[in-house]
Amino acid sequence: MSVVLETRALEKRFGGITATSDVSLKVETGARHALIGPNGAGKTTLINLLTGVLAPTSGTVWLDGRDITGLAAHKRVGRGMVRTFQINQLFSDLTPLQSLALSVSAQSGASAGFWKALGRAPGVAETCDTLLRQFHLEDVMHMRVKHLAYGKRRLLEIATALACKPRVLLLDEPVAGVPEGDRQEIFDIINALPGDVSILLIEHDMDLVFNFAKSVTVLVNGGVFAEGDVASIAADPRVKAVYLGEGGNAHG
Amino acid sequence: MSAALAGLKRDTRWRWWEFALFAALLLSWVVLPGRALLLNEIAILALFAISLDLVLGYAGIVSLGHAAFLGFGGYAAALFAKLVMPDPWVGLGFAVAVTALLGLLTSVLILRGSDLTRLMVTLGVASILHELANKMDWLTGGADGLQGVAMGPLITPFGRFDFDLGGRVAYGYTLFVLIVCLLLARKVVHSPFGISLQALRDNRLRASSIGLSVNLRLVAVYTLAAGIAGAAGALLAQGSGFASLDLFDFHRSADVMLVLVIGGTGYLYGGIFGAIVFKMLEDLISAWTPQYWNFWLGLFLVLLMLIGRERLLSPRSWLRRRGA
Repeated sequence: MSVVLETRALEKRFGGITATSDVSLKVETGARHALIGPNGAGKTTLINLLTGVLAPTSGTVWLDGRDITGLAAHKRVGRGMVRTFQINQLFSDLTPLQSLALSVSAQSGASAGFWKALGRAPGVAETCDTLLRQFHLEDVMHMRVKHLAYGKRRLLEIATALACKPRVLLLDEPVAGVPEGDRQEIFDIINALPGDVSILLIEHDMDLVFNFAKSVTVLVNGGVFAEGDVASIAADPRVKAVYLGEGGNAHG
Repeated sequence: MSAALAGLKRDTRWRWWEFALFAALLLSWVVLPGRALLLNEIAILALFAISLDLVLGYAGIVSLGHAAFLGFGGYAAALFAKLVMPDPWVGLGFAVAVTALLGLLTSVLILRGSDLTRLMVTLGVASILHELANKMDWLTGGADGLQGVAMGPLITPFGRFDFDLGGRVAYGYTLFVLIVCLLLARKVVHSPFGISLQALRDNRLRASSIGLSVNLRLVAVYTLAAGIAGAAGALLAQGSGFASLDLFDFHRSADVMLVLVIGGTGYLYGGIFGAIVFKMLEDLISAWTPQYWNFWLGLFLVLLMLIGRERLLSPRSWLRRRGA
C-alpha cells in the first residue's frame, strides 16, 4: 500500500509547551486509521498541523509524496485533504443547503464564479440532494444554521466535509455530543465512503475506534506512544495503563 | 427537479417588493420633478451605501474610511472632465476604473488584524487622501475645491441633455447608474462568490477548510466596492460640476455607516431604505429646527438601537406583540 499522508519529525511548541514532539506518522491509501490518546495528548494540534491551520515549529508534512508543509490551508483542501472540527465550525447565517452547495462548488472551482447563481453549475445540486438525504437535513435545508438544533448542526459539520470530496478525511471526534443512537448512523455513512478514501479518526469512544479502525496510533504528551493494528493496540498493557491511569475514556 | 436546485432557485427568485422598489425608483423621476435635487442626493447616498454593504454586510469588513473611494472617484471624474474631456459617461468609466484600482491597492491593508485595526486603517487611508487633495492644490484646487469643471451634455439614445440646475437630468443619470449597479450587485451576491463572502464573514476558519481562499475574496470584493463608491463620487462631482475636500471628510464615512445601521446590512437594499430615511429625516428636521438636526438624529439612532429595527419599522411585529 502506498502512503498518502505522512509527517516527518513534526514538532510544535507554544512558548515553553511542546504540543507535538517528533511525530512521524504514515497514513496509507484507503486507511481506516485512528488517533487516540488521553486529554491534552496533542491530537487536535496534530490535525491543525496536518491541515495547515497551524505551522509546525520544525518537521514536514507530506501529501501524495509532496512536501506541503508551507502550503496554505485552503490549497490543501484542493489537494483532497479535508477535515471536520471537534467543535462545530459552520456558516451561521447561511442555510444548510447553501453551505453544502458552496462546499461542493468550491471543489470544482465554481465558487469563484460571480455571475451564475449558486448551485447552477452541473452536478452541484445533485450532490447536495444526496448529502441532504444521507444526513437527514432535507426538512431543515432552508433554516439558517444558527437556528438548527445541535444534532442537526453536528450532521451538517460532517456533511460539509464530505461535500468537499475528500481523498484524505480527518475526523476530529465526529460524534462528540451526538446521542448514542445516532452515532452508528454517522459511522455508517463514513464507512460507506469509497475504499480509496483514507480516513484518520480522532475518537474517545474506544468501542467505536475498535469497530471502525484497522490501525491505531496512540499519542501521549505530544509524542507517538504506540502504533499498530487494532488487535495489538487493544491488547497492549502499556496503552491500557495510560488510559486507565489517566481517566479512561472521559474527555472534555 | 432536484429538491436542492428548487431550493436554491427559491433563494434567488425576485420578490414582489423588489419589483415594487425598482418601479418606485423609476416613478420618482416622473412624478417628483420638483424634488430632483434631494432625490439625486438620496440616490447617490444609496449607491455609496450599497458599496459599503458589500464590504461590511456581506464580507464583514468594517470601515470608517469609505469616503476615501467617494472622494477619489469624485476628484477623478472632475479632473477628467476638466483636463481630458467633458463627456460624463467616459468620465464615469474613468473614475470607476481608477477608484477600483485604488481599492485593489488598499485592500492589502484590510486583510490582517482585528476590526479595530481595520477601523483605524481605513480611517487613516481616508485622512491621507484628504490631506493629499488639500496639499496638491496645483491639481485639485486645495481647500477651495476644484473649480471650473464644465460638464458636457449627457448623450443618451433619447437625445443629448445638458445638466440643469433643477437636477432632473442628473437624477435620471444617477438613477440609471444606481439601477445598473443594483442589478450587478444582486447578481454578484447570489453567485457562489457572493455566498462565499457571507461564509467567510461567518467563519473564516471553515471557509478556508472547504478550500476557499479568504484573502483573494476580500481583495475582490473590496475592489468591486471601491469601484461602486467611485461611481457614487463621480455622480456627485459631475452633477454639481464641482469637487471639494468635503468628499473625503470623515462625516461622509460616518453617515454612510449610519445609513446602513438604519437600513440594515447584508440584504442589498438596506442602503436604499437607509438613505431614504436618513435624507428625509435630515430634510424634515433641518427644515423644522436647523440647529438641532444632530440632536434629533442622535435620538432616533438611540431609539432604533434600543428598540431594534425589526420592531420599530415593521408594523407586523407590533400586531404580533399585541396579539400575543
